[in-house]
Amino acid sequence: MRGAVIVFPGSNCDVDCFHVWKDVLGQPAEYVFHKEKFSPEDFDLIILPGGFSYGDYLRAGAIARFSPAMDSVYKAAEKGKLILGICNGFQILLEAGLLPGAMMKNRDLKFHCHDVYLKVGTADSPFTNMYLPGEVVKMPIAHGEGNYYADADTIERLKREDRIVFYYSDEKGNITDEANPNGSVENIAGILNEERNVLGMMPHPERCAEEILGNTDGKRLFMSILEYLEGRVKIGKSRRS
Amino acid sequence: MGKAEEAKKLGLTDEEYNLIVQTLGREPNDVELGMYSVMWSEHCSYKNSKPLLKRFPTKAPHVLQGPGENAGIVDIGDNLAVVLKIESHNHPSAVEPYQGAATGVGGIIRDIFAMGARPVALLDSLRFGELDDPRVKYLFGGVVSGIADYGNCMGIPTVGGETYFNDAYKDNPLVNAMCVGIIRQEDIVRGKAQGVGNSVMLVGAATGRDGIHGASFASEELSEESESKRPSVQVGDPFMEKLLLEACLELLKEKWVVGIQDLGAAGLTSACSETAARAGTGIELDVALVPRREKGMTPYEVMLSESQERMLIIVEKGHEEDVKRIFEKWDLYAVKIGEVTGDGMLRVLENGKVVAEVPAKSLAEGAPVIKREGKRPAYMDMQDLDYSKIEIPENLSEVLLQLLASLNIASKAWVYQQYDHTVRTNTVVPPGSDAAVLRIKGTKKGIALTTDCNGLYCYLDPYEGGKQAVAEAARNLVVTGAKPLAITDCLNFGSPENPEVYYQFEKCIEGISQAARILEIPVVSGNVSFYNESCSRVIFPTPVIGMMGLLEDVTKHCTIAFKNPGDLVVLLGENTDELGASEYLRVIFNIQGGKPPRVDLEREKRLQLCCLKAIEKGILSSAHDVSEGGLAVAIAESCITGNIGFEGEIMSDIRADALLFGEGQSRIVVSLKEENLPALIELADKEGVKAAVLGRVVPEYFRINIKDSKGSCKKIELSLKEMAEVWSKSLERKVER
Repeated sequence: MRGAVIVFPGSNCDVDCFHVWKDVLGQPAEYVFHKEKFSPEDFDLIILPGGFSYGDYLRAGAIARFSPAMDSVYKAAEKGKLILGICNGFQILLEAGLLPGAMMKNRDLKFHCHDVYLKVGTADSPFTNMYLPGEVVKMPIAHGEGNYYADADTIERLKREDRIVFYYSDEKGNITDEANPNGSVENIAGILNEERNVLGMMPHPERCAEEILGNTDGKRLFMSILEYLEGRVKIGKSRRS
Repeated sequence: MGKAEEAKKLGLTDEEYNLIVQTLGREPNDVELGMYSVMWSEHCSYKNSKPLLKRFPTKAPHVLQGPGENAGIVDIGDNLAVVLKIESHNHPSAVEPYQGAATGVGGIIRDIFAMGARPVALLDSLRFGELDDPRVKYLFGGVVSGIADYGNCMGIPTVGGETYFNDAYKDNPLVNAMCVGIIRQEDIVRGKAQGVGNSVMLVGAATGRDGIHGASFASEELSEESESKRPSVQVGDPFMEKLLLEACLELLKEKWVVGIQDLGAAGLTSACSETAARAGTGIELDVALVPRREKGMTPYEVMLSESQERMLIIVEKGHEEDVKRIFEKWDLYAVKIGEVTGDGMLRVLENGKVVAEVPAKSLAEGAPVIKREGKRPAYMDMQDLDYSKIEIPENLSEVLLQLLASLNIASKAWVYQQYDHTVRTNTVVPPGSDAAVLRIKGTKKGIALTTDCNGLYCYLDPYEGGKQAVAEAARNLVVTGAKPLAITDCLNFGSPENPEVYYQFEKCIEGISQAARILEIPVVSGNVSFYNESCSRVIFPTPVIGMMGLLEDVTKHCTIAFKNPGDLVVLLGENTDELGASEYLRVIFNIQGGKPPRVDLEREKRLQLCCLKAIEKGILSSAHDVSEGGLAVAIAESCITGNIGFEGEIMSDIRADALLFGEGQSRIVVSLKEENLPALIELADKEGVKAAVLGRVVPEYFRINIKDSKGSCKKIELSLKEMAEVWSKSLERKVER
């Protein structure tokens, strides 16, 4: 399944995402430079990687959404292609309006790089069908702006539509304030769009997808994508309709 | 004011000024004088240190590039090489901690990609005063966020380093940044301006007035007026550097690139004169062609600006447009500012009119070497401590807790968790261990990295301290399973004009050289930072050793954490009756004295070989070097990081506190399955290393009994939870309070 990794000038997890899709999952992968456009038919999966897209001195992802490549991402999202935004990619998806809400600086104003426990909110998605709902997994975070915010109505709707994919939790799955690394509302670590084909998440599944790195909890996210793209699982809307 | 007086104001001596006049056959003009003053500053010329640096062993079959280039290069097989270098940014960080530290990181990264290598790791060796002082706290916070913001944005993981606190560094913190890159051997480029007629191009950021005379500022003591030198500190833009990095690495794949050099200290002046001097050529450039971010800059300012994120590139004539094309892709400018000449002169024009003309070699390499005499410091003869007067504390459990809470021993998670250390998905052993381990994608190999130095040891005995820094760095690599391959050193000292400081410098270098020779680890790059002192104090002599080692099979790496209940815990090496210079004496008795522990280098070598072989055989579950805090702290750290306990009994006639907390060298605490013990004993016997069972890994509690031959008995008994609590939280509590 053809994967694209969008390369903004300040992307720095582009090679990591490329490596996982190509070398770990064994799928064809391509880089798309931010100045290029592509057709929605070109790729099955488009990854917006972590990093500092355009330096992000203004607000993470604020400039990236105007790039030519993002024009193509909007079109691909509309066509139902899978879009995965990780870390800075999540921030860009919010700025671009492909996902609801906004990102603020971590509540302690510090960059955080460490493992976190995540409670899987929903397995009913192209990205998480190989996890169990309620399961606790471990992934690294590495960000300074991961304090997700959305108003109460939006959060209510996300919950109602089962669109919260990961919550920061403790090892046992309790969603507590101590387990929240950045102040994110309701400990939200990742959300889906209404059509469930766009996922934004702060933790880095690509950094925990190989034995040698000591953790493979992130690999199942990419395997879920493959399961879905190859038609072995059905999810959400398609199942309900 | 006369020229000679002006020269003095710029930091040049009469002798140096006369030599300049003699070389030029005339008085230098203002621009030339400015250029000489920065290039002949200690920071750029190494005039005080050059002769001593020659004592380092620098050659080995695997060394592809030794000292003298932007960075050192080491062959690691598979047609790959590792590029490494460490550098100080102490003075800028003392007056503007955030930008000082940030631009220190930026500069060292450029040194690595200037060789054509992709930077893959950063390490930071930091030293501050005690955190109770509000200004120290401000410096500490600023330095850590400066490093974090720069390195994180670059997407280069910060995987290791050290953080020490001691009053000796109160006014003059040390900020040493190390960068490591990986390169295919055929892609190595060097900083040479070869080929008369080739084009000299400036790429990256525009040039402004920031950082003028930064190199000179780094070559004098800190004083009341240092605050006013804040404009000498450059301002960093990591996003610009990221673009520059990607563009340069793309460019350097082209065969028509002749040379490349980072613009660091002394900016264009140093980049042009050094590249020309290395190639035996000259360069003619016109400052009017240099893109600026400020109007009205004089040639003097353009030549001396230390604006960050710029590189000088020398390409074959006719390829200028190709360079521009690559840099335009990354939205950066690339401008031809001059060309390589055959006359050996660095000729600076402004709109075609000559404004400076000096021999490149004289500028880059001609500073007269200053021969100095060292004098053994008086304090060294007064340091003998009579330990018998020190009473062994009743409650040794409490002592261990106090040591685990000491900021020089406690976890540095508060620091390294602000650094992205997992980006690029190569980090196999993250910060918090003896050394970081990174895999090299596409091979079975891994590299291990560390920085080490105990300033107090070096203060009390510079020779032994220098030796120990190398021995410990190597031991830290060996416990991960890596064979040490190369050293990059950052020598931080006070003013070399002080004979006692010069003595410290000379003896540290002797110690480092001796250890490097016996352990067979060449020095491939480095940096000297003098004048680290204020009117009230001189820093401890602090020769930081950055070291790189190789794991042939990265899957066999070992970590410090105890793993399995029931595993045996064994000490490789011998306990010694040494207490001097220990963190124990400092924390419990407020004594910074005594003789630092001595390293027997032959014994050290056997120990390291034994540990390496054991890890290679796969018989160890963990391995951890015994250092600050001694044996008890080493065992406690293996417990805390493994979230598991220990129970053991040690029979010894060494006094209890020296046995538990003394910092005797050449010791490694390992754990292993019981069935592997015979293999370890056999290996240790063969290598001539003592191995003694200390106890076992157990769940949750920590208990050490020690007995001597007279039957007297002492013990430490703690819960894992209380140990973990103080070790993990002490630094955070201190900073956030």
